[in-house]
Amino acid sequence: MGRIAAAVVGIGLFFVAGLAQAAESIRIGALFAVTGPASFLGEPEKNTLEMLVKDANAKGGIHGHRVELVVYDTQGDVTKAVQLANKLIKNDRVSVIVGPSTTGETMAVIPVAEKEKIPLISCAAGIKITEPVKKWVFKTPANDHVAAEKILLHAARYKVKHIALITVSDGFGASGREQLKGLAARKGFTIVADEVYGPKDTDMTPQLTKIRSVKADAVICWGTNPGPAIIARNMKQLGIKIPLYMSHGVASKKFIQLAGADAAEGILLPAGKLAIFDKLPKNDPQVRLLRDYDQSYRKAFGVEASTFGGYAYDAFLLIGMGARKGASPEQIRDGIEQAKKMVSISGIFTMSPRDHNGLDLSAFEMVKIVRGDWELAR
Amino acid sequence: MNLVQQLSQYILSGLSTGAIYALIGVGFAIIHNATGIINFAQGEFVMLGGMLTFFFFSALKVPLLLAVALATGVSTMAGVVFERLAIRPLKNATPINLVIITIGGSILIRGIAMLLLGKDTHSLPTFSGDEPIMLGGATVLPQHLWIFAVTLVVIVCSKLFFSHTISGKAMRACSYNRRAAGLVGIDVRRMVLFSFTISAAMGSMAGIIIAPLTMTSYDVGVMLGLKGFCAAIIGGMSSGLGTVFGGLILGVLEALGAGLFSSGYKDAIAFIILLLILFIRPQGLFRRGESERV
Repeated sequence: MGRIAAAVVGIGLFFVAGLAQAAESIRIGALFAVTGPASFLGEPEKNTLEMLVKDANAKGGIHGHRVELVVYDTQGDVTKAVQLANKLIKNDRVSVIVGPSTTGETMAVIPVAEKEKIPLISCAAGIKITEPVKKWVFKTPANDHVAAEKILLHAARYKVKHIALITVSDGFGASGREQLKGLAARKGFTIVADEVYGPKDTDMTPQLTKIRSVKADAVICWGTNPGPAIIARNMKQLGIKIPLYMSHGVASKKFIQLAGADAAEGILLPAGKLAIFDKLPKNDPQVRLLRDYDQSYRKAFGVEASTFGGYAYDAFLLIGMGARKGASPEQIRDGIEQAKKMVSISGIFTMSPRDHNGLDLSAFEMVKIVRGDWELAR
Repeated sequence: MNLVQQLSQYILSGLSTGAIYALIGVGFAIIHNATGIINFAQGEFVMLGGMLTFFFFSALKVPLLLAVALATGVSTMAGVVFERLAIRPLKNATPINLVIITIGGSILIRGIAMLLLGKDTHSLPTFSGDEPIMLGGATVLPQHLWIFAVTLVVIVCSKLFFSHTISGKAMRACSYNRRAAGLVGIDVRRMVLFSFTISAAMGSMAGIIIAPLTMTSYDVGVMLGLKGFCAAIIGGMSSGLGTVFGGLILGVLEALGAGLFSSGYKDAIAFIILLLILFIRPQGLFRRGESERV
């Protein structure tokens, strides 16, 4: 009798525990620059994450955990980002944070996450975020040097020896310039011109005139719209015929639209696969996910999905990997670090204790702009 | 590619950017001359010109010429409304208050444009093709010729207006002495409104003709406004040739600096010139020092 009672109680307890397990929700905190100068990053990130959380809860949560999402707008402001990170951890008691959107904010929030032992999945690209590796910090965008290497590999194949750089004078351009210079030296290229331009500059013909006079085999431009579009037009105006490489920062149709199909013709650039999913071979493992994301984003928000929103998508899938183990910050962190060959938007992630980004050269494809559209460059 | 060819390209590039600065600078000067205010919202009229043209042209699908006319009209209206709501209600405000109000106004206009017209960068089609024109080893685009032409027309018209029409003369009278102008029967407040109308129209025109080359977005006004302000300072806040030369000098120096020295210091060059002029010749490069008459 006692034994049966014990068994009943035991089974009962098991159920209760099971229920408790199922009821325990995951609280995700998000810090995005939804307004302000970096809103082109934060807005699609917020949209994507909210869409995914809604979908997941409609399907019964991730691994049985309901998901609760708290999103704060940092306005791209470092001080706000730190305050809001503290608020997320102390008031909202989140077990994982997605964001911030920019490298500067992320670097400021890292000490908070490390101290409070809350996993942080940044949506910013700066290499400093995960190098050196920090226990609680991950990031989803590929490092700039992956894109730089992709460009130089392509250039080497076409016997380019002397390269001219023209980079924007902000954080993105400075990082790209540093990576390109380091890699070019190691791969035996000679840099014959190293020009910069301001993010709001309206005419780059002086820099390009200088480049024209130094006998370069190719120009590599590193920046985000609208600068590169102006450079593409200025190159055409000056009649410079050497190949022009752009960074992944302009891998969207918007760039072709701004530069005009005429001036953009023949430009080469490394693109995240989301921009070109309809050009990928059918057996590419990412194709289906990319198409689904693009379609559901279009349906929900009426515009095409952007690479930046993809960063938040990656973060959500990584949290899903983490949640296999449980919903505590510690369990989520361990689960993310053990993610292997996880197919997502920005690429195929393989995390390890020594790599908290998990992407390699396959995250980008070299594409060429032909008649106003992308074409895979071979 | 020899040095002469390089130099001619730098100078030509500089002149075409300089013409833009000049056009914006003249807008600053006109308001300053009529009211004593430095209107830091001037750059926003430039932005409105470009963005509204894009809006009418792409979203409402009206022909380019009509879009240009509508955009100029709406931006000019914005200038009038700005003067009515932000400048006129202030009686006896000090110049510093007025300057701060124009800065506030510029932030407001930028914010409204961002909310209504979006955060994206847009581009307009060029007015007459993209084929570069060779000029002695250097190249310009047809759009640059448009910029030169519009600048020239605007400067000539404003010269005629200020020297040969009664309204123009009345506005100049206001700039010399508001009180005295009022005493001889000039409606000073109307002249102030007038000056905002003219410079809003001028600013939007500048914004429209440069949009095909430089693209436009809700935040282009800040930097262009500052460069225009530099041009006006170099020219001693004259609403005529002084500011035009100021703009051209600024553009050419920027281009030469970027080409011959380092492109990293391009903006620094502009602002160093601005500081030097404010220190050494606050009355501008081309104006003789004025003696205060008591």
